[in-house]
Amino acid sequence: MRAFVVAVFAFLYLPIALVVLFSFNAGHHASEFTGFSVQWYGKALSNPFLVEALKNSLFIATTSALLAAFCGTAAALGLQRVGARTRALFDALLGAAIVVPGVVIGISTLVALVQLFAVVNPFLAELWPTDQPPRLSLGYGSIIAAHGLFSMALVTMIVGTRLASLDRNLVEASSDLYATPLTTFRSIVLPQIMPAVIAGFLLAFTFSFDDFIIAFFVAGAQTTLPIYVFASIRRGVTPEINAIATIVLCASVLLVLLAQWQLGRRKPSP
Amino acid sequence: MSETGDKPDQDNATGGRKSAGSQPAFPMRGSLFRKNLMTALLLAPAALWLVVFLVLPFVAIAIFSVGERAPEGGYQAALTFAQYANLPARATAFWNTMLLAPVGALACLLVAYPVAYYLALRAPQRWRLILLALIVIPFWTSLLMRTYAWMYILGGRGIPALLAYVGIEDLRLINTPGAVLLGIVYGYLPLMILPIYVSLERLDRRLLEASADLGATPLSTFLGVTLRLSLPGVMTGFSLVMILLLGEYLIPTLLGGGKVFFIGNALVDLFLQSRNWPFGSAIAITLVLVSVVVLIVANRISTRLSGARRVDLI
Repeated sequence: MRAFVVAVFAFLYLPIALVVLFSFNAGHHASEFTGFSVQWYGKALSNPFLVEALKNSLFIATTSALLAAFCGTAAALGLQRVGARTRALFDALLGAAIVVPGVVIGISTLVALVQLFAVVNPFLAELWPTDQPPRLSLGYGSIIAAHGLFSMALVTMIVGTRLASLDRNLVEASSDLYATPLTTFRSIVLPQIMPAVIAGFLLAFTFSFDDFIIAFFVAGAQTTLPIYVFASIRRGVTPEINAIATIVLCASVLLVLLAQWQLGRRKPSP
Repeated sequence: MSETGDKPDQDNATGGRKSAGSQPAFPMRGSLFRKNLMTALLLAPAALWLVVFLVLPFVAIAIFSVGERAPEGGYQAALTFAQYANLPARATAFWNTMLLAPVGALACLLVAYPVAYYLALRAPQRWRLILLALIVIPFWTSLLMRTYAWMYILGGRGIPALLAYVGIEDLRLINTPGAVLLGIVYGYLPLMILPIYVSLERLDRRLLEASADLGATPLSTFLGVTLRLSLPGVMTGFSLVMILLLGEYLIPTLLGGGKVFFIGNALVDLFLQSRNWPFGSAIAITLVLVSVVVLIVANRISTRLSGARRVDLI
């Protein structure tokens, strides 16, 4: 059984390792390693389209993860205070947000937003004082919103789990000692759930940064890094993509390790 | 999640609010109102998000699915089931998906179970968390990049080129159903391992000892106790992987070439290329319905096979 497990781990990591290795290949061909070089990194990072896509992805991931961390934490706190029925309804919707395949999330958001814009835009044009009314369209906003849906559900679940294991005695002791609700929240609850909030943020960022399929539908004229990479892969495999893939993989691994470290941290003693 | 009973709001108040009893200075009514207002404020952003970007879009595609395609593409209002009647037009995509999703999930399960078993019951304590982290990391790294890695390996200059050195020529690996299956197992293995690991880790070890003490062979202990009690995890993993596979797009596109078409590919085509939104919506709704059925069946199986037994054992 041990041998099998080792083989599975090799199966999981060898392909990634190979991509990383060949991103340092001096030659152009995948079949032979002809020498060490970082030229593909230089090529990738001097490609203006790629840099633009990378910037877009960073912006979208940061914004959607921040929004998700904020709304998700608030929702997890709020869910502690409602009856079983409201809670079940929320749990069902949050579960759906996580389980429904990205393809379906992508197309349904696309359909709904296009329909919404068709109603809102003439209205805006009517009301706007000047001749150039703002036109709502697909782009940053729609990607952030669609990514935020999954991310928020994720944060709510992670923070909710941490809240469920929170020591209620501390909260009661705090209010018995005449702390205001805000003080109790700041000094008792927040420090204990903070690692979960940070982990949720990091995972949300990773999800948004890596997501291809949802953005593919709702990106409009914008390009994110996965969309750019997908388009280049379809045009043909080049070592340049290995370099980008290596950067993205390293970034995700770093973020996930950080998130796990945060989740594994012991609750700070109050 | 459902451990809280159907209590009135003020009993469940936590998260930094005092319980109603310790606030005699406030009239009962006022404090209840404030409490409810606070709860509503906390839940409002999430509720708004869920309604606008989950419920409304779903309603939108449900409405679209009974509409007609406008001549220039897009949607035209109508009330017809023609789109659903037309589903067989994409029968190949449905057939491929309905075949490869369960087969892929099963293949994942067969690889995942021994790994989860080893991690939960056999691995040395100090290695356990590290190994678990090594399982989780691929799950959170870009599926696109990981699928690309296989494209690279299976592609013409990868394994086939190496095999050509030893005399095996013209072996085609990429753009075959086998490559898609490999990609599926590779992509979704972590998602299958984790829930099985969780259910095996919770397993009461004394049951295993008791079974052995009562003269059961290791095999019958495994079948009667371990496997049975880990079934909820198995069913969770299986249904999750299968549902996500039903909507998979990247793996069949990159590793299956144009040959292995999934529902996901059909949806991308209908929404982004041929712009037949009503028909695409009908397919999406069908996909969601199939997913719901998968979830319900999986849930039934796991409660019937393990839930009831579990109560018996205690």
